[in-house]
Amino acid sequence: METIAGMDATLLARIQFAFTISFHIIFPAFSIGLSAFIATLEILWLRSGEQHYHTLARFWTKIFAVSFAMGVVSGIVLSYQIGTNWSRFSEVVGNTIGPLLGYEVLTAFFLEASFLGVMLFGWNRVPPWLHTLSSIVVALGTALSGFWILAANSWMHTPDGFEMRGGIAYPTDWSDIIFNPSFPYRFTHMMIATYLTTSLVVLAAGARYILQGRFEREARTMVRMGLGMVAVLAPVQLVVGDLHGLNTLEHQPVKVAAIEAHWDGSKPAPFVIFAWPDEEAERNVAELSIPYAGSLVLKHDPQGLFPGLRDFPEDERPPVVPVFFSFRLMLGIGLLMIAIGIAGVLLWWRKRLFVHRRYLTFVSYCWPLGFIAILAGWMVTEIGRQPWIAYGLLRTADAVSPVAAGTVALSLVMFVVVYVVVFSVGILYVYRMLGKGPAMVAPGPAAMPNRPLSVVQRADGDTA
Amino acid sequence: MSNLEYTLPVIWALLIGLSVALYVVLDGFDLGIGILFPFYPKEAERDLVMNSVAPFWDGNETWLVMGGVGLWVAFPKAYAVVLPAVYLPVIVMLLALIFRGVAFEFRWVAKPHHRKWDIAFAAGSTIAAFAQGVVLGAILQEIRVENGQFAGGALDWFTPFSLMCGVALVVGYALLGATWLMMKTAGDVEDRARRMGVPLLFGLLGFIVLVSIWTPLEIERISQRWFSVPNFYALSQVPLATLLLAWLCWRGIRKGRAITPFASAIGLFLLAYAGLVISNAPYLVPPSITLWQAAAHPSSQVFFLIGAVILIPLILVYFVFVFWLFRGKLKPGEGYH
Repeated sequence: METIAGMDATLLARIQFAFTISFHIIFPAFSIGLSAFIATLEILWLRSGEQHYHTLARFWTKIFAVSFAMGVVSGIVLSYQIGTNWSRFSEVVGNTIGPLLGYEVLTAFFLEASFLGVMLFGWNRVPPWLHTLSSIVVALGTALSGFWILAANSWMHTPDGFEMRGGIAYPTDWSDIIFNPSFPYRFTHMMIATYLTTSLVVLAAGARYILQGRFEREARTMVRMGLGMVAVLAPVQLVVGDLHGLNTLEHQPVKVAAIEAHWDGSKPAPFVIFAWPDEEAERNVAELSIPYAGSLVLKHDPQGLFPGLRDFPEDERPPVVPVFFSFRLMLGIGLLMIAIGIAGVLLWWRKRLFVHRRYLTFVSYCWPLGFIAILAGWMVTEIGRQPWIAYGLLRTADAVSPVAAGTVALSLVMFVVVYVVVFSVGILYVYRMLGKGPAMVAPGPAAMPNRPLSVVQRADGDTA
Repeated sequence: MSNLEYTLPVIWALLIGLSVALYVVLDGFDLGIGILFPFYPKEAERDLVMNSVAPFWDGNETWLVMGGVGLWVAFPKAYAVVLPAVYLPVIVMLLALIFRGVAFEFRWVAKPHHRKWDIAFAAGSTIAAFAQGVVLGAILQEIRVENGQFAGGALDWFTPFSLMCGVALVVGYALLGATWLMMKTAGDVEDRARRMGVPLLFGLLGFIVLVSIWTPLEIERISQRWFSVPNFYALSQVPLATLLLAWLCWRGIRKGRAITPFASAIGLFLLAYAGLVISNAPYLVPPSITLWQAAAHPSSQVFFLIGAVILIPLILVYFVFVFWLFRGKLKPGEGYH
């Protein structure tokens, strides 16, 4: 088989897809949370009539516009990559999950073509209640987009509602396909993750303004709202994540064994805090662990047993090392978020939240945490599904297009170069807007509507 | 084959055909603006030219996604054969579209250091158009298929014919862009568009004639389709209508008409598109996979059709609204920015 730098076409195609989808996920994850935040701000503005809610809503809408546009641009690529790189996959499962992704496309376009326009350009053209309604619809719509994507993805983990005929999965029950066994858990877990991610960005930006002594009123609202969400959602996410794990244990036990680096299923499992899983020797090196804690979490019984990696043939195990470490990174960030929430609420209660510079400085650097946790979590679940692309029915190696490794390698290089240039400029752009802060929103004349990104320029007119 | 199994793929072929036609015409003119960018060296002209398409371009591109995803959902077997066959041109096209798409926005932010985004816009538009033509040429030239899978090599698409189709589409999109500028701008910008319009029109006609001669000569089933009796009598209307529209376009350009050149250029594109459909129907992957062979399960086609039938008309209404909102000519210095 042809290889490039020791990598065959399948591995190169996996790296390419992981790269493009990881870039992509950052933007919709932020957009989903941000649109909900903006809708909340507008509801508060309508109810209280206080101006600073309005200022904040307008400020974050501009950042939302950039994030949404970046998500659209990077999403177009994915809809074609499924065909260029994974043609066997698209043929085998096209009948079942194709329509789910089709609905996602229709949802996203419909949104872009309707309420998004009002949300971005309608500030001076429609009454406040209608604008607020549009923002609520956009928030629900972005979540609905996530609904379809996660339904399709969950089906790849826990396929249901289909029958195999001639090597193709044909639909038998659409509600079983959409509401497949892992979908409710994955959807809840991911939605909370997007709201947490955005809350941390809002909290960090607010903390930064307070430290700089700018936009005091707005900054305090941002810190309160961001912190409130983190304090509530981070512990909830731990519980939801645990339930998701139990669901995975039921349907994909080998993934859980890899997460825990649990080799021997005949003994109760510890919780491994750190180790180097040695896949050759089928054991952990330099293990530091809490005895019985793994069994306690997963079986709710310190003596409970669940399958270990050795219970599965080698060619049905996922790569252990990346799954094991990604999970610990995600969990570690989750625990840190809980600590940020508790510490912040304590300071708030003692009325020291806005003067405690060390806490504010710390959280002002925490904005990337949510994004990192989301990427790590996706690594856990996607690498943990290997060697299957659709669990139990199609192996990744059998899903790839009949395209030579050299071609895939060439396109991978092109993707890396273009994405690094384009999206770093885009992210720099968001960063600059955040640096300027809500003051840049001046009530100007009603300009002509344009497409999402350009809503920024008008407000940003002094640099344009 | 039951009635449903016959009708559903036809409905879906029409819907995807509509998406592709809308895409080619709509993104055609805004890619054309990018192709013509080097011929407008002054900054103020470039601002105006770019502004004339700014409110439309990303809506136009959504039809590309609709076409791609629609093809996957409704005809998974065709999607799985075509995309690997045109792997490199498709990926180059996507990356070029990203570059020119973000250039629309970054160019304004980067001012006065916007030269690199001017280049990104022009090069991205031209490369995307060329790559789309190459993809079209590769599909027309018959993809190698064995056991329902693509069985060719990485560079099968690289032929004189497909490269010619690439150039043809660049010229055609440039014509759409030029006629768009005749409609939307005034003064020097419009005059230059009219001067470029005539050679572009003749260039496009030349390519249409070339493809019309090349494909029936090379492919027996296409000459059968066009030149057998009684097909010939009905189908000869297509070249006659093409000549008529070309004449209308030429006259419109010369006489300073605002809308006629653009409308007749769109007509030329639609006729060329119809010609390709006549040559190749009912194949989605000529000559190996028909739309019925490629079709997804009726249940999948119906499930997605429900959403498409509700939402596509709403999206179309929105398009009409936006084009109406931004009707009329832009004056120098005016813009949506």
